[in-house]
Amino acid sequence: MKRLLETRSLTAGYGDFQALYGIDFHVDDGEAVAIIGANGAGKTTFLRTLAGQLRATGGQLRFADENIAAWHGHRMAEAGIALVPEGRRLFPSLSVEENLLMGAYTRRPGPWTLASVFELFPVLCEFRRRPATELSGGQQQMVAMGRALMSNPRLLLCDEISLGLAPLVVREIYRTLSQIRGKGLSVVLVEQDIGQAMKAADRVVCFQEGRVSLEGAPGTLSREQISQAYFGV
Amino acid sequence: MAEWINTLLQGVLLGGLYALFAAGLSLSFGVMRMINIAHGDMIVFAGYAAIFTAEHLGLPPALTLLLVAPALAVLGYLAQRLVFNRTLGDDVLRPLLLTFGLSIVIQNALQEMFSADVRGLDIGPLATANFQLGGDVAIGVLPLLVMATAVATLAALQWLFRQTRAGRAFRATSDDAGTAQLMGVNRQHVYALAMAIASAVVAVAGVFLVMRTTISPSDGPARLLYSFEAVIIGGLGSLWGTLLGGTILGVAQAVGAKLNPGWGVLSGHLAFLLVLMFRPQGLMPKTRDR
Repeated sequence: MKRLLETRSLTAGYGDFQALYGIDFHVDDGEAVAIIGANGAGKTTFLRTLAGQLRATGGQLRFADENIAAWHGHRMAEAGIALVPEGRRLFPSLSVEENLLMGAYTRRPGPWTLASVFELFPVLCEFRRRPATELSGGQQQMVAMGRALMSNPRLLLCDEISLGLAPLVVREIYRTLSQIRGKGLSVVLVEQDIGQAMKAADRVVCFQEGRVSLEGAPGTLSREQISQAYFGV
Repeated sequence: MAEWINTLLQGVLLGGLYALFAAGLSLSFGVMRMINIAHGDMIVFAGYAAIFTAEHLGLPPALTLLLVAPALAVLGYLAQRLVFNRTLGDDVLRPLLLTFGLSIVIQNALQEMFSADVRGLDIGPLATANFQLGGDVAIGVLPLLVMATAVATLAALQWLFRQTRAGRAFRATSDDAGTAQLMGVNRQHVYALAMAIASAVVAVAGVFLVMRTTISPSDGPARLLYSFEAVIIGGLGSLWGTLLGGTILGVAQAVGAKLNPGWGVLSGHLAFLLVLMFRPQGLMPKTRDR
């Protein structure tokens, strides 16, 4: 399989605070990788760095054979990296449809259009004229995912998409995610729910205090290994 | 009676000019959350630019807009991209200080170039042309033209914001610039584009200002004040609100001046204070807190 994204000794942080200490990480074409780890392990920081919201302070960041570490943030979207941010971050003054159209701002061609997103999430079509932040939590998560898909990304980054949602809705969201993967896109999931992460991913990477503490296919990792890597005890 | 109707009509139509003043200010606040203290001086600058092109190129007054508006749009884009953008961030004081400085620079540059004398644009018979409505009630052609332009400008801006890709990017960036960048929006460019549009509207306001009245280089701060008052009365971030705010301000000034020639400006301020007291969010607020 071809490498889509690769980081080598990637470091990043906020001001004087360093959050990532040399992350080696990769995603292949069509692969789904789950990143797990305790709060503050650097998972969100890592996704934000990949999506261009945070500039890497060191190391390499390669996407589709290009070194993108020094790129301006908005170019990541143009290159085909989309982030479903933690807390969804929908645009409150925009309707559901306008939020989705913002996802298509880069005009990247591909299978995802308003019509295909509405086909994936029929309930959104019904509420398309409503302000996006008036929807229920689960529906807002659908808008956030649909908005990311509208950019026809090659790599979809999902930050805690199950957070604060009812278990039934979470199952629904993950069922859709596996449907989306059928269209050949690569996924990186950050997930608190380890069981969910194991089910959805081809490979699991555990972060601990800004470093990778464990990596492997879900079937090959024991509970002890994971809790060791997760908590460091 | 007819006198009062005329006063009210003049006030309403004056509101068109104030709405034009306010629209640019509202736009840069709405998109960048930036308060442009030099806004009034930019209007006066546009007025002098119109006088300059009319005198040197012999253009008819209204046609100077064809040169002044694109020129100001380009200047606005560059100023935002190269200078203003660097001051935007968590500290709201920096853009205030920068544009305050720019205000002084523009005033002094204008004095240097055009002297402190009062100047205007000779528009010939249009200055006094009016439609007689009977019973001594008349509407000035130029004020009506200004009002029509204001309505058309606001409608165009409304369309731009609601219906176009760039407008969506403006609103999304205003809501959450960081997330808009995730969508591929280059905020530096979007801000500069918004300032270019605001500056083009400033040009329209400035050209009509010198067609209606005379200006001097130090007139900017007063225009800024009227713009602010119209924006606040109408409600921050609402385009049609600026028209309402401008109209209320215009009527208040006209009525005040009618009661006593010295009360015009004062009664405009009083109307503004009344709105602040009883409806501080303005009459048609749109802007969300963030």
